[in-house]
Parts: sequence; structure tokens; C-alpha cells
Amino acid sequence: MPMIAFLIVFPFLAAFTLAFMKRHGKGRKYFIFACCIAIVAGVVWFAADALIGGGDLSLLPETKAIDMGILAAEIGLMGLIVFYGFRFRKYYVALLSVAQTGLIAWLELTGKNEIAGNRIFSDKLTVIMVLIVGIVGCLICVYAVGYMKDYHARHKEYEDRRAFFFAMLFVFLGAMFGLIFSSSLTWMYFFWEITSLCSFLLIGYNRTQEAVHNSFRALWMNLLGGLGFAVAIVYAALVLHVSTLQDLVAMGSGTTVAIIPVILLAFAGLTKSAQLPFSGWLLGAMVAPTPTSALLHSATMVKAGVYLLIRLAPAMCGNLAGTMVTTIGGFTFLATSMLAISQSDGKKVLAYSTVSNLGLIAACAGVGMHEAVWAGILLMMFHAVSKSLMFLSVGAVENSIGSRNIEDMHGLIVKLPEMAFVMIVGIAGMFLAPFGMLISKWAALKAFVDSKSILLVVFLIFGSATTLFYWTKWLGKLVAMIHNSERLPNTVKGSEWFSLISQAFLMIGLCISFPFVSTYLVEPFLADMFHETLPAIISSGNLYIMLIMLCAIVVLPIAVRFLTFGKKRKIVMSYMGGANAGNDRAFVDSYGKEKPMYLANWYMEEYFGEKKLLKPSLILSTAALLVLMTIAIGGAV
Amino acid sequence: MELIWRIVWVAGYVLLAPLLGGLLAGFDRKISARMQGRKGPSVWQPFYDLFKLFKKQSVVVNNVQDFLVYGFLLFIVFTGGLFFFGGDILLVFFALTLAGIFFIMSACSANSPYSAMGAQRELMQMMAYEPMVLLAAIGFYISTGSFSVMDIIAAKESAIGYLPGIFVGFLFILTIKFRKSPYDLSTTHHAHQEMVKGLTTELSGNILACVELSHWYENVFLLGVVGLFIVNSTWWSWIVAVAVILVSYFLEILIDNVFPRVKWQNMLKTTWAVTLVAGVINLLILTMIK
Repeated sequence: MPMIAFLIVFPFLAAFTLAFMKRHGKGRKYFIFACCIAIVAGVVWFAADALIGGGDLSLLPETKAIDMGILAAEIGLMGLIVFYGFRFRKYYVALLSVAQTGLIAWLELTGKNEIAGNRIFSDKLTVIMVLIVGIVGCLICVYAVGYMKDYHARHKEYEDRRAFFFAMLFVFLGAMFGLIFSSSLTWMYFFWEITSLCSFLLIGYNRTQEAVHNSFRALWMNLLGGLGFAVAIVYAALVLHVSTLQDLVAMGSGTTVAIIPVILLAFAGLTKSAQLPFSGWLLGAMVAPTPTSALLHSATMVKAGVYLLIRLAPAMCGNLAGTMVTTIGGFTFLATSMLAISQSDGKKVLAYSTVSNLGLIAACAGVGMHEAVWAGILLMMFHAVSKSLMFLSVGAVENSIGSRNIEDMHGLIVKLPEMAFVMIVGIAGMFLAPFGMLISKWAALKAFVDSKSILLVVFLIFGSATTLFYWTKWLGKLVAMIHNSERLPNTVKGSEWFSLISQAFLMIGLCISFPFVSTYLVEPFLADMFHETLPAIISSGNLYIMLIMLCAIVVLPIAVRFLTFGKKRKIVMSYMGGANAGNDRAFVDSYGKEKPMYLANWYMEEYFGEKKLLKPSLILSTAALLVLMTIAIGGAV
Repeated sequence: MELIWRIVWVAGYVLLAPLLGGLLAGFDRKISARMQGRKGPSVWQPFYDLFKLFKKQSVVVNNVQDFLVYGFLLFIVFTGGLFFFGGDILLVFFALTLAGIFFIMSACSANSPYSAMGAQRELMQMMAYEPMVLLAAIGFYISTGSFSVMDIIAAKESAIGYLPGIFVGFLFILTIKFRKSPYDLSTTHHAHQEMVKGLTTELSGNILACVELSHWYENVFLLGVVGLFIVNSTWWSWIVAVAVILVSYFLEILIDNVFPRVKWQNMLKTTWAVTLVAGVINLLILTMIK
């Protein structure tokens, strides 16, 4: 219990202190490092304690005083949003905020929400989430220290508000911890709103017109989800007399009595995890400095959305809420992975890939079956680590070569070999056997087939093919070997390196240790959730085979060196029809002039471009969402 | 006892697949030649070619090509080995994808215009056939209740009885996998076309021989998957399977000789259309009756 309080409160205190540390220097840097160490130590301690001690925790049944404090803070948040809404003349934002906070305040103040129930809850899923948020989140904070210095050195035009920036990062972590530990819906909602507001402030960091525009888009979409959340709370309290998520899910499993709040909460989860048609806010978040994107995409924010969906899984199994989530999630997986093919901006590819992967996780949660949820949780873990790794390395490459376009990463393995290595680990973790994500995709496929949802199977098989395409072509750019290339000076700072290397090793470690993670964390959680134990989802025989593959990949480079040792090879220039201009970078054209050679990847704008696909996807998904929600809610009323 | 048999199968694959694959390639050339009114070389010609390639000095453009090509060979053998061991068919296909990516990377690493073009086209081919490959695995799972090749061959009825559409779809993508016209977009045996040799432009000598060898291994494995549609617990189903394999291969040769190469747009559209029509409809009906 003290550890839970520490994890929730400490980041806020750290943020408060950081907000006043305006001087740039060693002091602030070491203060951030110290806070990160404290948080990581805290989560590791908490996880170890929970694993050794076993059991789940339910705490604080009666907390009138804290409830009122939270309400006051919520009204404060509303004030802030209304202020920004008026200042930038986005009145609809103020309206959305007032509507939902008004609902909650009314519920609390009239005493209609005084229902017995624990405010705090912790089980194995909590442990997993705490580890993700704590470790990945803190590594991003460490990275941010070095990155922001470079960022402001390169962008003199932006006002330097680093103190505010770092404070917001820690607020985000605190809010995530709060969200994860809360069982009470009103508490959850409070932390949910903090993450919405926080992402709004972080996206708008630059204060350019684009940043302001995108931050408001993020705000209104998340507030819309928040409105759904608030209505769900009111309905659950007034009609069903439950105030905690655990009770709601228990009530909703197997029946449809709780379908209205469940579907509204699922809707909130979909907006937060940027599913179509709400993907726009996450793509717009690119304008912010890289640590923001990394944080939003990997450890926090979008993970809050899928976390809620996973919690709701038993209550969505086999009903219309589940159908809604699987349809939207599956469709998002396919549509955004196709859109990613047409993008050459590294961050944009990553953004689309995040939305796409979250779609798959949402679909897994929506299926609501044992093995599907297993796949969803593992996907979430692998995705958090590999996506954060990818974002941070793209940011580091951008600081080194001045571009984050994938085309400009041609030959990175010669120019910045360490950077390329880290990126290759990240990309391999995203889609290749025998690494990470693929294992969960495999389980997901099995679950979709078992649940007989043909539509999902179709989304998954085509989505896998398109995913393969955009990652492999990126990988191909990295490994191109150009003759006589100079190595670029490695300008990446120590703290950034530390963060990148730790995450690369975390990724590799997770790939090797995932059977243990599955046995000790995921499977006990699922056994509680579904009140049954299933045989291992991936048999031990297959695990050994994958281990052999992993070893083969590691041993291969060494074996090949031995095989080719002492053999004479001739190194030549690449073939250009005999028209090489003395090297493999240029050729002699038909006028006898030297022309530089440029090898581009395929983007196929006319087939997969945003112009072609985005609008139909948005229309289709909006229609599906509206129709399914209307049928579900109409049917229940 | 069973384990010993399974290991014998793997050993048999590793040792004999090159022989079978080479002979298939030899007959392929002979039959193609006859279709074109030529006499054609001896059926042993592919072996002579391979031995000669192995003897040649390798000319490379960088120092990682050989590593990547050996990776391709290793994982193709691994894929086939796992298949003939009776392993999980999905894992088999995932390993095949990994092998394919090693091959594409070897072309990307060359920083050469023709290799790069071949690599992008090969990737396009993978995107085109991947859904059908996964669908085949799912089809086996639904019709026999298991992803394991061991269980699939022990089923009472042949999978093809449940999977006629998926079988047709699989034969369709086999044209891409065998690198046969009209879908030989990324590389070809004839080095006089717009892409020179595509993927393998920068490979030569013993490295090119490794690629050739990998293709033989791959072809034998793929024909094994064709056989998997037929084999069931009866002994005579194995004979039928061999017959179906031979007919399928002949069909691929015929298609190769009849159709000219198409553009990638055409390939992607037709392959996905066939996957959706033959494969998905088959799957829909299957889930209804199973």
C-alpha cells in the first residue's frame, strides 16, 4: 500500500519541483535522473512484492475526503480547459469539458455515487502495466534530457519551456500510475482526464499554429471519449448501482445488463487508443518533440485506452460491445497498415504502425476469449518497448543527419552503425519471427479462428502482409552498403545512448524471457479473469523451435566468417549496365554527363496514399461505430 | 520410435531435397524446351551448372552479402526441415517469411539499381502471396483441428475435401513462389530483360550457387505443402499426393510457357482477388459446416 501511494504521488511531487527548476544545468539533469531511478526502483519493488506475496489487493473502501479532493481537482482541470478553450476560441472544447465534469460533480455532490466499493485495486495486469509505464516511461524521460538540449539548439525559433516540458512528462507518469491502480470509475476518470489534458499541453509545446491546431484536435477527441466515460459512470451508478470497474465487469460478464456502460467505456477506450475514426489526433501529435511522441505512443496515453479495453474484455465477450470493438480494431489494423506503406516520414510510419498495432490489441480484447486476451497483453508489452525504441532512435537519427525521412536513412549501417543496429532490433521486434510481436500475432490469429470471426481473420491476414511490406522496405534502406562512405560523427548524447541501449536490451531480454512473463504474470491474471486455466497457448515444443531460430540468427554471422575464412573474394562495383562513373554512387548518362544515382523505395501513393484511402476509411469506420453503438444501446434500452 | 521416424524424415529432406529439386529443375527445362519445339539440355544440366558455380571465385559488392545469402539458405532448410519434422504449419510459414527477408536484404545491401528494383518487386510479391499462405494454414487448422503437420497427415479425410478453394488459391500463388511467368517479377533465369537479374544481379559464383540450392530446397518444401492437402491416414493417399504434386508442377510449367510477364499492379490485384474469392469464401463455408 505505501508503495502504491508513493508511485501515484511521487511523480506529481517531482513534476511540481521540476516546474520551478527553470535554470538549465546539471542540477536539473541529475534531479530528473534521480527521480527516474526512484520510480524504476519503486516499480521493481512493487512488482517483486506482488509476485512473491502473490495475491491481489483491494484497498480504500471509504474515502470521502479523498473523493472530494479529487472532485475539486477535477473542477480545476475543467477550469483550465475552459480557459484554453476561450483563449484560442475553441468553444466546443470548453463545452465538452463542462458537460462531463458537470455530470460527475452532480453525481458526487448529490451523494448518488456513495456505493460501496474499493477505490484501489491491484492484480497481475496492474503489475505488468506498472512495469511498462515505470521502466519505459522513465527511459524516455532520461532520453528527453539530452534530446531537448539538442532540440532547442537546432530550433531557436521555439521558446525554451523545458522546465514545463519535464514537469508534464512526470505528471503524465503519475496520472498513468493513478489510472492503473484505480478501481473506482470516478478515480479512473479523473486520471483519464489528466492524461488528456497533459497530452494536449505536450502536443502544443512549440506553440506554432500547427501545434496548437493539432493539440486541440487531440483534446476534443479525447474529451469526447471522456464524455462517454462520464455518462458510463452516471449510468452505472444510477441504474446498476456499481461504482468500480471490477464490479461492472463482473456484472457484465455473460449477460447484457451492463452493456450500455460497457459500450460507452469501450468507446472511450477506442478514442484514447486512437482507433479509426479518431486516429487523427495521434498522427497530429508528431509535431511535438520526439520524447512526447515516444511517451504517447508507447508507455502512456494510448496504452491507457487498450488497458481499459483489456479490463473490459470479459464483459465484451460475445455481445455487441465486443463486435463493435473487434470490427473497429480489426479494420483499423488493416487500413492504417496500408496507409503506412505510402509514408516516407519515419515518424509518420511509426504513428500509423502504432494505430495499426493498437487496432490489433483492441480486436483481441473485443474477442474477449482467453487466448485472445493473452495475445493482446503480450502485444501491448512488446509494442511498448519496441515502439519507444523506434521513436527514440528516429529522434536520435534526426538530430545526427538532420532528417527523419526513411529515404535519407539509406546506408545508415555504414554512416551510423550503432544507430542502425538499434533500429534493426526495433524493427525485427515489430514483425519478424521469432521475435516478440509475431508470437502474439500468432496467438491472435488462432483466437480469431477459434471465435469464428471470418472478418477479423481477413483483416489480420491482409494486415500482416501490408505490415511486412512497410517494415521490410525500411529495413532494406538501413542495410544498404555504399562504398567509401564516411562514418558520421556520433552526436548522440550519453543519456540518450543509455536509454536506447537499455531499451534494445530490454527488447531482446523480453523476446527471450517472454515464456516466463507469460507463466508468472499473464496466465495467472487470465486464470483469475476467466476462472479457468488453459493449457499453454504456445506449446513448449514450439518455444524450443523458436529458441533454436533465435540462436541460429545469433550464431550465423560468426559461422559465416568461419566458412568464408581464407577464401579469396573480389570486391567490385555494383552493376549499372557498364555506365558506372567510377563508383557505385553515380553513372554516366546518355549525354555523357555524370549523374548521381538515387534508389528509392516504393510508396505507391496512387494505391495506398492518404488521398486515396484515408477518407473512405474514416467514413466507413464512423458509420460502423455509429451503427453498432446505436443498435447496442437501442437494443438494451 | 515416432521421434526417430520424424528425424529420418528431416534427414531425408536435408540430404535428398537438393537432388529432387535439381531433377525437377532439369525436367522443367526439358519440358519447357519441348513446349517451345527445342530439344533442351540433359536433365542433369542444373547439377552441372551448380557444380560449376561452386567452383567459381565469388565476386561481391560488399562483405555482408554472403552472410545474408547463407541466412537465406539456412532458414529455407530450417523451414523445410520443420515441415518434414511434422511441426506447426504456421511456424513453418513464419520461418519461410524470415528466410525471404534475408534474401531481400542481401539485394538491398548491394546498393545497386537492378538489385534494388528486384528487392522492391520481391517484397511486393511477398505482400501478394502472404495472405493466401496464412489462409492455407488456417484452412488446415479448421478442417483437421490442428496446426501440426503430424496431426494433419493423420486425419481420416484429406484436407482438400474441405479446402478446394484454398487449394486452388495456393496453386495460384505457387506461380509466384516458383518464380514462374506471369509472376516472375523479381528475378528470372533469363538475364536479358529490363531488370537484368533483379534480386540476384549482384550475386555470383558460390554465393549464387547457394541461392540456386535454396530454391531447390524451397521448391521441394512447397510441393510438400501441396501434398499435405491430399495425404490422410490411408497409405494410398500418399500415391495420390505424389501424382497431384507432379500434375501441379506440370501445370506451373505450362503456365510459365503460356503467359507473358505482367506488371505488379496486375499481380497484386489478381492474387488478392483470388485469395478473397477462392480462399475466403472457402473459409466461410468451412466455418459454417465445421
